[in-house]
Amino acid sequence: MSIELDMLDTAQKLGEECVIKLRAERVNLYYGSFQALRNITLDIPSCAITAIIGPSGCGKSSLLRVFNRMNDLIPGARVEGNVELDGLPIYNTKIDVFALRKRVGMVFQKPNPFPMSVFENVAFGPRRHGVKSRAELEEIVEKSLRQAALWEEVKDKLGQSALALSGGQQQRLCIARVLAVEPEVILMDEPCSALDPLATLKIEDLMRSLSKEYTIVIVTHNMQQAARVSDMVAFIMMEPDRAGVLVEYGPTAQIFTNPKDKRTEDYITGRFG
Amino acid sequence: MEMRAAFHKKLREIQDEVLALGSMVSKATLRSIDALKNRDLELARQIVSDDKKINQRRFEIEEKCIELIATQQPMASDLRIIVAVLNIVTELERIGDHAEGIARIAIMIGDEPPLKPLIDIPRMAEQVVYMLHRSLDALVNRDAEAARRIVAEDDIIDQLYDQVFRELLTFMLEDPRTITRATRLIWVAHNLERSGDRVTNICERVVFVVTGKMEEIGASKY
Repeated sequence: MSIELDMLDTAQKLGEECVIKLRAERVNLYYGSFQALRNITLDIPSCAITAIIGPSGCGKSSLLRVFNRMNDLIPGARVEGNVELDGLPIYNTKIDVFALRKRVGMVFQKPNPFPMSVFENVAFGPRRHGVKSRAELEEIVEKSLRQAALWEEVKDKLGQSALALSGGQQQRLCIARVLAVEPEVILMDEPCSALDPLATLKIEDLMRSLSKEYTIVIVTHNMQQAARVSDMVAFIMMEPDRAGVLVEYGPTAQIFTNPKDKRTEDYITGRFG
Repeated sequence: MEMRAAFHKKLREIQDEVLALGSMVSKATLRSIDALKNRDLELARQIVSDDKKINQRRFEIEEKCIELIATQQPMASDLRIIVAVLNIVTELERIGDHAEGIARIAIMIGDEPPLKPLIDIPRMAEQVVYMLHRSLDALVNRDAEAARRIVAEDDIIDQLYDQVFRELLTFMLEDPRTITRATRLIWVAHNLERSGDRVTNICERVVFVVTGKMEEIGASKY
């Protein structure tokens, strides 16, 4: 089953400059002989937050990892179909995966700062991409921390260990670390599941402010979170052989007030889970 | 597997309370006409005082809906039914007010001699109650088609209203001394006509619950 989204319609709702940033076309993902995703077709708009929801084990995170080839790191993982970033097929053998992951950054479930200073955490990416000047690095670090709404809280302790920050601060630091390499897309895999409600709201607020400049795709278990932050929602479900399929994809308000598919309705109203 | 059994049980309870409120309101409507027909001032006063219970009941249902929204984050059809209930109880409460209005007119008329035997006005009341019952059935059964059919029946009430108006007009033309009494009966008919329109609003909410679309289905002549 494939779901084609009327992008013109969505573009009008999200603003004129919205384009298709990521595209998955008839994507199948296998881990060895196990099929984790089946025939996923999905256009993700730029300058918006797209949430992927669905029951545990349905393949949400697998789908997210398809977009920056993180599944390549898993032995036996194989992707069929076409995945594009700005029209460029990312599974083309000639593609530089390192450069791809710079354009498509990722934030994980548990904050995972490196065991180094706050400054070095944020400077790490730019350094690896060749930025050497101290002044330039300082500028990038401040800009990224400001964008991640963390600057005011850490500006006086940039030299301290990142591990001394609170969980919510660590997660915003990880977001700053992603922003430091100037990505175009930010993939977030349950970024708030290890955070308390206040830290969660801060991250959500941050996501909203970042969504003006970045394409954000978030996997979340928390339906209220998807409802609060996203512009578009994709609902994924397992078929009997446990392969994930895209059941419904549409604007957030429509999915949560009037879903078209009975299975979406049943899932979001808690009639099955 | 049902994941939110307790929440869905509460939703069903709210729906049952809407039915109970609907029954109070339809009883008030029919009894207001009885009070008028039988010059039963005691009954009329009782209806006026019972309207407070209807208002109270409506607030209770609203509070329960607000509590569910605040604590359960309802979505999709659950959200739509709660929003619809919030609207429907308002409509029911207003139908109750129309019944109270008729009871007050009955008190106003007091024991003045009847202008004419009441025929079409009781018919209007019966039609309102008949439509009201079925609109709430349609809500329970999530039956948008039934709701649409009920809206079409509002024409029957409008036609009866026309008839009452024309007939009372002839009385007034023939004998200006009847003007006060005739005007009061027109007020009664007008209350019933408004109640009919409110039933159609309930039907529109039923369609919303089922389809998720807000639409005006039939515009009343009045």
